[in-house]
Amino acid sequence: MTKFFSLLADGVALGAVYALVALGFVVIFRATGVINFAQGGLVIFGAFLVYQAQNTWDWFGGGSTWPGFIASALFAIVCVAAIGAAFESLVLRRMIGQPIFAIILITIGLFLLVEPITTTIWHNPPGGIETPWGTQTVSVGDVNILQVNIATVVLGALVMGGFFLLFQYTKVGVGMRATAVDQEAALAQGISVRRIFALSWAIAGAVAVVAGMMLAGGAGPAPGLSVSLGLIALRAFPAIILGGLDSPVGAVVGGLIIGVAEVMAKGYIPDLIPALGPEFGDIVPYLIMLLVLLVRPFGLFGTPEVRRV
Amino acid sequence: MARPTGSMIRSYADDLRLFPTAAKRIGLVVLLAAYLLVPYLINDTWASVLSLAGVVAIGAIGLNLLTGYTGQPSLGTAAFIGLGAFVAGYYGGGRFADGIGYDFNLFVYLLIAIVAGGAVGVLIGLPALRLRGNYLVIVTLGLVFVALYVWKKWTTFTGGNEGSAMPVKADLNLGFWSIDFLKPTVFGKELGSKQGLMYLAWGFVIVTALLVKNIVRTRPGRALQAVRDRDVAAEVVGVSLFRYKVSAFAISSAIAALAGVLYGLYLGYLTPDETSLGLVLSIQFLAVIVVGGIGTIYGSVLGALFVGALPTLIREFVPDNWNLPILGWPIVTSDASATGFSKGALATIIYALLIIVFLVFEPRGLAGIWRRIQAYFRTWPFSY
Repeated sequence: MTKFFSLLADGVALGAVYALVALGFVVIFRATGVINFAQGGLVIFGAFLVYQAQNTWDWFGGGSTWPGFIASALFAIVCVAAIGAAFESLVLRRMIGQPIFAIILITIGLFLLVEPITTTIWHNPPGGIETPWGTQTVSVGDVNILQVNIATVVLGALVMGGFFLLFQYTKVGVGMRATAVDQEAALAQGISVRRIFALSWAIAGAVAVVAGMMLAGGAGPAPGLSVSLGLIALRAFPAIILGGLDSPVGAVVGGLIIGVAEVMAKGYIPDLIPALGPEFGDIVPYLIMLLVLLVRPFGLFGTPEVRRV
Repeated sequence: MARPTGSMIRSYADDLRLFPTAAKRIGLVVLLAAYLLVPYLINDTWASVLSLAGVVAIGAIGLNLLTGYTGQPSLGTAAFIGLGAFVAGYYGGGRFADGIGYDFNLFVYLLIAIVAGGAVGVLIGLPALRLRGNYLVIVTLGLVFVALYVWKKWTTFTGGNEGSAMPVKADLNLGFWSIDFLKPTVFGKELGSKQGLMYLAWGFVIVTALLVKNIVRTRPGRALQAVRDRDVAAEVVGVSLFRYKVSAFAISSAIAALAGVLYGLYLGYLTPDETSLGLVLSIQFLAVIVVGGIGTIYGSVLGALFVGALPTLIREFVPDNWNLPILGWPIVTSDASATGFSKGALATIIYALLIIVFLVFEPRGLAGIWRRIQAYFRTWPFSY
């Protein structure tokens, strides 16, 4: 049972990260109708910028102190949010009205750009992101839980709570929901749809940085900095498919289910069916996604698509 | 007596003609002559570049049938390329020396690869019936990772993590005439393996281009394009979505597997990992059809020549350490810890920028540019 609970803790933490990445997807999809393949790229870029502030510039004594950690995180959040908004307004704005496929391909192009650029600038640094909690653990009963897992879940919950408040109670949030329902009607009500589009990308960028930090920090799910962070972020796709493309709640639930399922598969499959090996866990999210798509193509919480001629 | 010009279409038969004008017929003869002569004349480096471009062109034509004509965007090409290559390794005698697999000749393992690719394509096409656009891209993305996992685990078939050697011969024996495309003798002169591969790959470019062209200019092709433009409307007027979507997947996947066999022959050895059979390979094929022109067959070939050969061109012709003239900025470096891009990184960046720039500024791709040039001269001197 101990193994089960420690795996569960890991799984929930990984799920929280998936949920964060998935939230970024959902925010952009709801507002602009674009599936953003570059979200993984923003995750990578955010993690590397945090590293830059912590290790190269050594702000406030690096990432193991609270001021250094927070300052570096804020720096990366601002930068990546600006990059996201700039990409939207400079490139994607010109693509409005083009086929969805073309827009998806453009975001794939952006994703492709991130890997060579980060490896060229940072050369696969040996260390990871430093965090105030490092590799310390907390004992609950006879289960040791990594502090980073707790921090990930808490931070994830904070960000998601912030999302809820933003969507539900602020003018901007209402504007985003209105844009998601009908762009022209939103325009007619005096909402600047352009600003909402850019803002969606900025928010997605900011969330991606938090996800990247938690992924690559200390003893997180993928300690160490490398471009494979982007591949991990791609596994948030199954999460949004499971939850439904346009549902923030779905993103969170889907992320948690996928995260727990992946970690459980990695923990138990090698013992139960040795032939499948631990790498099987890496494809479990995609297998779940396939099953879900066959049964409910619009996900658990998504809006069924109405097709008109 | 005035004669109608070649571009005038007056009947359905005119519309169907493959080579309606004299210029096009002359072009065909020139291209066929080039196909026969070029491999004979060029050196190994260029043969390597052009044979890879041929392999990419085949896969791109197949992907264009699915994405450009049927409107089903797919990131799954890498999975089918891998399937074809490992079929070649297993059935073509790549590991026969180790006592694994079979030692069939070229057309047997090509046939196995095509049938296997088509069968897997049907399997993928069935669930894809319920999915459109966005969702399909994500599912085919998953396919790439699932396939990589299968290649790593299915050791008998692929050699597992160590990978698999590819066939050392691509032989064809018709009794009265025999050839080994990896060691061909043409006009009494023995050519290198890359030149032989050029004959093989571009031969298949011709075959697949004719096949796909014949599909898209006739009834099934119009059905596919109706599915692309509005699938519900297509179904209402009597197009069977099931039949056409699944066939498009099957044919496209079979062509991709064929390209995979040739890709295997080109590489000589294939390990299943993220760099050789990962997502980036699939994206490269999408880049080819975007740059070439979505929904045109000659565009796929142009795109393959333009971007398919890019990594090889960079590897062969860009110096190991290259600074930008005048400004002196380091652009390419072979030193992993120095400032500057590695050649692989440079190729990836160029791919990415090509995709973005073409989609934003020239969505019809090279084919669109070519069409504009044609229109300019056809309407000259009244072109604007």
